[in-house]
Amino acid sequence: MSTPATTDSRAASLRRRLQGSKLPKLPRRNRDVLSEEEMVAWPFIDRLGVALAWFCGLLLIAISASIVIYMLVRGIQYVKLDALGHHPVVQSTTTITGTSGGYLDPIEGTLILTTLGTLIALPIGVATAVWLSEYGRPAWLARAVESGVEIVAGTPTIVLAIFGLLIFSKSAFGFLSFTAEGGAVFGRSFFIAGIMMSLIALPLIVGATREALQSIPAHVREASYSLGKDKISTIRRVLIPASRKGIATGTTLGMGRIAGDTAIVVILLGASLTLEKQGSTPVIGTLKGTGSTLTSYVYNNSPAGEGNAPQKAYAAAFILLVIVILMNFVVDLIARKGSDPWAR
Amino acid sequence: MLGALACVVLALIAGMIFFVFQKAWPSFTHNGFAWFSPWAGGNVDDELVHIFESPGEPSQYVYTMHAWPLIYATVLITFCAVVIATAFALLSSMFIVEFAPEGIRRVLEPVVRLLAAVPSVIYGLIGILVIVPFVGNHLVTSGQKDSVAGVIQLNGFSIGVGILILTVMITPIMIAIVVDALRAVPVGWREGSVSLGVNRWRALWTVSVRAARPAIVAAAVLATARALGEAIMLSMVTGSVGFAPNPLDGLIFFYEPGRPLAATIVDNAEGLSVVPFAQTLYAYAAVLLISAGFLSFTGWYIRRRLRRYTLSPI
Repeated sequence: MSTPATTDSRAASLRRRLQGSKLPKLPRRNRDVLSEEEMVAWPFIDRLGVALAWFCGLLLIAISASIVIYMLVRGIQYVKLDALGHHPVVQSTTTITGTSGGYLDPIEGTLILTTLGTLIALPIGVATAVWLSEYGRPAWLARAVESGVEIVAGTPTIVLAIFGLLIFSKSAFGFLSFTAEGGAVFGRSFFIAGIMMSLIALPLIVGATREALQSIPAHVREASYSLGKDKISTIRRVLIPASRKGIATGTTLGMGRIAGDTAIVVILLGASLTLEKQGSTPVIGTLKGTGSTLTSYVYNNSPAGEGNAPQKAYAAAFILLVIVILMNFVVDLIARKGSDPWAR
Repeated sequence: MLGALACVVLALIAGMIFFVFQKAWPSFTHNGFAWFSPWAGGNVDDELVHIFESPGEPSQYVYTMHAWPLIYATVLITFCAVVIATAFALLSSMFIVEFAPEGIRRVLEPVVRLLAAVPSVIYGLIGILVIVPFVGNHLVTSGQKDSVAGVIQLNGFSIGVGILILTVMITPIMIAIVVDALRAVPVGWREGSVSLGVNRWRALWTVSVRAARPAIVAAAVLATARALGEAIMLSMVTGSVGFAPNPLDGLIFFYEPGRPLAATIVDNAEGLSVVPFAQTLYAYAAVLLISAGFLSFTGWYIRRRLRRYTLSPI
């Protein structure tokens, strides 16, 4: 199965190169697409099935094309490039003037939160995957951790969000957000949202890393042991570099999920439109403070939120969609170009 | 050392289940079975207001909550969306694997990944600004609006729109899994059936799809978990009314509003500082958590039962 596919892609790249240098085209390989003559004798129900399959496939393309084109049109209509560099202005009216502020703070918020969540999830996720795949003993514990990760993946983000609020409102965690007079901990900050966001990315990173580790043949580990390396240095020097591609794919997928999540942001990041610092320490202050991201900005400016300014919502949604498509593209690039030393 | 870290992940999950249930407990004990009962009656939104306005004394907290309309809306929306999406995803996967010409297949694969990656808030935005007004202004006739005017207002915010968008959101997740499984079926199996004179559709349907059943179940479970937890999009398009649409109303039923559990939590997040209100919201979260756990267990069990019919790795 794999051989024709690789020759096919090789032929395609060869053809592309040849087309560039204006040489005659190679003949197209004859693909076994279902032809009409073949279907003439089929029972009606089978032909109906094929027709439905075609319909569903084309419908998918139509849906995504309409979403992308619609958002593109609205985006071009409402995104003002100079607004990218401005802070949003809190307005009481819903009228839109040309100078109602920009999306700088939501974009910063998305970047901060994505970075923070990924930084927390990456080491924990890779370590968990390595433990599951390389150690995994006692077996009952491995089984439990495995189903635990599966449960996290299945838990609605809104549940994660209010669980985070519950835990981090305890006074022991007061250092992560700000404490009001009277000792009540606010429980909403970039730190806290980032920690809960890392739980969204965790299952994706664990899954992708584990898959990559398990696809490394056993003889690679044995070769490393025979050269006198112990288990830990084999993991560090051989296995993790070899599964870099899987780790990168999982991480990028996780970043996309973090950037696109709304429920955790709405509940755990406070409701402030701009980044509100807590205290005067430069970086820590921002991270302890509240803010907004593109997703919560879209939500609050849609008719469902308080802002009700669809133009702003469209513009922010367009920027968000561009970020998500870029990440998708990066995953694609990693999957195609990434080094996979033991792939045949 | 790594094992200890894995244990931390486990402890976190145990802590999550414990704390959420501890917080939710008063809401369950005060209502007993009426919390879940379809026959308890009462208006959920009024009950929420009463809980929100309950006196500050802990002994006088109001907890009356008959959450059936919310549970019903959750189950209804999830069930309809998953059923439609399963058929849609299965047919699309068969198209991608077997019938699509090379050019279309090259377009479809990134398209599926893109649809899976679009954030739910963008789906919600398109729903609330495009589809909801369209349904409200063009699809619902004024006669239909009048017929239920005394009970509920039909303005386009409806469970039907919610089901429609949710289907688009969960289909790509299922396609990714089902396509992998269909491709993993040994070619010889299908070639064997084709050589016996079965046509290509039947060979695919009776051999590949059957062999991929565990993966289809896995995909459906994953999609159900996603649909159950979808909060933002559904709170934007389903109308935010604690109303239980009645299937006996006929077609109009899909135009009626509702509000699932997860969307209720998002809508009422400002009330989390009021103790009994927060406890009620955590009770919703506990129900969602239990359903997610139950779902992952069911999926594991069905896959184990089906495993003996197949070679597929899942």
